[in-house]
Amino acid sequence: MVLVLAIGDLHIPHRAPDLPAKFKSMLVPGKIQHIICTGNLCIKEVHDYLKTICPDLHIARGEYDEETRYPETKTISIGQFKLGLCHGHQVVPWGDLDSLAMLQRQLDVDILVTGHTHQFTAYKHEGGVVINPGSATGAYSSITYDVNPSFVLMDIDGLRVVVYVYELIDGEVKVDKIDFKKTTAPSHSPH
Amino acid sequence: MIADGIEDEEKWLSAASAGLQQNAFYMHRALDSNNLKDALKYSAQMLSELRTSRLSPHKYYVLYMRAFDELRKLEIFFYEETKRGCSIIELYELVQHAGNILPRLYLLCTAGSVYIKSKEAPAKDILKDLVEMCRGIQHPLRGLFLRSYLSQVSRDKLPDIGSEYEGDDDTVMDAVDFVLQNFTEMNKLWVRMRYQGPAREKDRREKERSELRDLVGKNLHVLSQIEGVDLDMYRDTVLPRVLEQVVNCKDELAQYYLMDCIIQVFPDEFHLQTLDVLLGAFPQLQPSVDIKTVLSSLMERLSNYAASSGEVLPQFLQVDAFSKLNNAIGKVIEAQADMPVLAVVTLYSSLLTFTLHVHPDRLDYADQVLGSCFNKLSGVGKLDDSQATKQIVALLSAPLDKYNNVMTALKLSNYPRVMECLDIETNKVMAKIIIQNIMKNSTYISNGDKVEALFGLIRGLIKDTDDAVCNEDDEEEFKEDQNAVARLIYMLHHDDPEEMFKIITIVQKHILAGGVKRLPFTVPPLVFTALKLIRALQNGDASKAEEAAAAATRKKIFQLLNQLIEALSNVPAPELALRLYLQCAEAANDSDLEPVACEFFTQAYILYEEEISDSREQVTALQLIIGTLQRMHVFGVENRDTLTHKATGYSAKLLKKPDQCRAVYSCSHLFWADDQDGVRDGERVLLCLKRALKIANAAQQMANATRGSGGSVILFIEILNKYVSSFTFVEYCTVRFSYENQGSIMTRCGSKFRYLYFFEKGNTQITVNTIQDLMELITTEMRSDNAATDPAAEAFFANTLRYIQFQKQKGGAVSEKYEPVKA
Repeated sequence: MVLVLAIGDLHIPHRAPDLPAKFKSMLVPGKIQHIICTGNLCIKEVHDYLKTICPDLHIARGEYDEETRYPETKTISIGQFKLGLCHGHQVVPWGDLDSLAMLQRQLDVDILVTGHTHQFTAYKHEGGVVINPGSATGAYSSITYDVNPSFVLMDIDGLRVVVYVYELIDGEVKVDKIDFKKTTAPSHSPH
Repeated sequence: MIADGIEDEEKWLSAASAGLQQNAFYMHRALDSNNLKDALKYSAQMLSELRTSRLSPHKYYVLYMRAFDELRKLEIFFYEETKRGCSIIELYELVQHAGNILPRLYLLCTAGSVYIKSKEAPAKDILKDLVEMCRGIQHPLRGLFLRSYLSQVSRDKLPDIGSEYEGDDDTVMDAVDFVLQNFTEMNKLWVRMRYQGPAREKDRREKERSELRDLVGKNLHVLSQIEGVDLDMYRDTVLPRVLEQVVNCKDELAQYYLMDCIIQVFPDEFHLQTLDVLLGAFPQLQPSVDIKTVLSSLMERLSNYAASSGEVLPQFLQVDAFSKLNNAIGKVIEAQADMPVLAVVTLYSSLLTFTLHVHPDRLDYADQVLGSCFNKLSGVGKLDDSQATKQIVALLSAPLDKYNNVMTALKLSNYPRVMECLDIETNKVMAKIIIQNIMKNSTYISNGDKVEALFGLIRGLIKDTDDAVCNEDDEEEFKEDQNAVARLIYMLHHDDPEEMFKIITIVQKHILAGGVKRLPFTVPPLVFTALKLIRALQNGDASKAEEAAAAATRKKIFQLLNQLIEALSNVPAPELALRLYLQCAEAANDSDLEPVACEFFTQAYILYEEEISDSREQVTALQLIIGTLQRMHVFGVENRDTLTHKATGYSAKLLKKPDQCRAVYSCSHLFWADDQDGVRDGERVLLCLKRALKIANAAQQMANATRGSGGSVILFIEILNKYVSSFTFVEYCTVRFSYENQGSIMTRCGSKFRYLYFFEKGNTQITVNTIQDLMELITTEMRSDNAATDPAAEAFFANTLRYIQFQKQKGGAVSEKYEPVKA
């Protein structure tokens, strides 16, 4: 069992002063094995903070990131799963599932994690799962009105992944759960 | 030389100790054989060793302790003698036959102790006699130890209330008199030590003298232990007499030590009730006395006392402790004309802490302290004493820590004035403390005046100063500071849009005046705050008048946004400005303000054309332009045509072919936008895709020519996917459209719906052919001999083929469309 935190679009300090205190108290060091971050942190302080939660930190570049050396896309293998990471402003139309599915085919990944829309979504489709963890600070977005702060925890166990969504609604943390099982035939073709 | 001195002293000490031990030995023998005469003789000889002047206080103390132990035995012997019938009165006479005065007085004190115990004479008479007789020793060191011995043997025999030595004639007053007199005499001896010996050894002597202070202080401790000393006696007798001695001795060391001693040994309640008297002594002390430490510890004790129980608080009010302390501090500062700033600030800092703890409800007190402090500071100009500035930071932090609300600090009219006295670096430190306090306590600053006041306080972080930021450390720190300011902007908030607009205007004024370096940090949070306000103003259920007012405010905000972002061009920060313009354009779109949206887009385009030259930055900027433009629905045909035309033009001009290709196929999405006037954009979609294909071909040829290999086929596969996805949209839209009825979903699906329409118009065949051609091209490329194997491309292609297969097997309209495609 491996816990993967998917988080992004914090936009600190452009659009929010800090992570919600309730999230901070949940995100304690030592529990999470990998962090995949969809970018727009935007400053080094946030990078350093994420590092304290888990040193294995993968970040894709958001358009507001102070650090411009983050890659545009990244793939990571965790257990039996291959994960793809991209901020998402590169994929037009923004947040469009079909365009993201194309990126997923291109990156050849089971799970594609993107951000940019500040709206939590998780789609299952024949090629795998597309997840957007939303904005962890509930940052303003031109795409989404009334953004609730959210992040995603993925519990990867064998061929199964359970996606937990933590959303802060009116000061309360709500948790939702989505199950996903990978078919035995790997989606990325062997060559 | 000094080492020799120490060695000599060791020698003298061991010689004296040996003499002492030897005589003690004979004394023991005499004691064992009940030989009083010999006992007196040898004890006197033993005590003669204490007559030395060669030892330092430290070594003398060692010798004294040895003698003290022996005298304990002698005292027991005296006591037993009286039990055996020897008259204590005679014994008291007898010991006075000793030849030397010092041994004689030690023996007299020892016998006196037994005498008091025997109660054959009133304790007060004996004590008086002893304390008077001790005047015989005027050598400071010897006198101090002798009197210390007297104090030691008499302390359990004072006629205190409830003590067995209390009687008709023996009152606690006598006990107090005795201790006070001994204290006075000891202090005199102690002070006199300072003037004995050569001037060049003054420092060493003061150090030695300091080691002896507890001998003197012990008397005050004894006084505080006397049960009979109640508040009245303390106020009427003890304190005035002690203070008289302290003030009159005019000795810096003694005054500092004894004032502190008084504060530490007597109960807080006494201090509170005698504040006038106690504080009255301070201005009379020598100018060099470190009054700030003593007074601070007094105030600290009183604060703790106030905190200890709610019942004592009325007493503080009753005696008006604050005013008395405040006055006393004023007088002390006046009396010590050249008191260092550090001391002044420390005093006020302690007083502020005192009043914050004791009178948290009296903000006027706190303000008064700050005012007094300011008056004193304003005379000295900008501070360069780092200790003093540190102390001012502590002073200014105290109200923040106490109230955990910066709004309270803003109520103190003298707070900003004291901050004025800080140098720029310290102002920054203090500003950061204020911001941290605001963030920690989530204090919202919710009106324009408060925001104005706050920005005045923290102006060290807001405004440029003359000293330029030079080294890298400063650069890092500057960044950190400005990020703190950026965070702060989120705490300036009011729910009412009008008030919020006022706040934003004030913040804008300040940050625009702060210098260009800060703008990249401060502009974005203010832009997003303003964008949020625009959203707040969009709330539906407003009356017509309100709606009109909101619309007017929105327009004003958009103007303000324009100015703000324009300021970034002076930095210059075109990348950031472009992003913010696009955000604003979308907000204008949501507010249905076509000209405003168009203006923002134009600004973004100008920046793109004139300022952004880095090729990688161009790619990102263009992605954002296309992405935003794709979402705009406010534009009429004319504006839309112009803007999309430009965007496709930029796409084809990117430096690298793959970037060009991707930007161009992204542009195909621009022709899916929902158009009310029914423009048929389908052909232009295909045009874009064809153009992308052409660029991919060119890229392929370029790679062939330069590297002799086929290059990557990935671009072809990407375009293939773009073609293929059109089929998905058919399905997606059909499903969504049949389930949802109207409204927003219509808008969201409209573009895709139009595409469906486009295919139904009979162009499907072309697309299928194109797909088929493209697939064959890719297959050929991948199989060609000179193509390097690219696992990524192969996986991508395989995934795409699998996807097409999946669509074919799905059934329904989608499958039919895919039917001709051979995959």
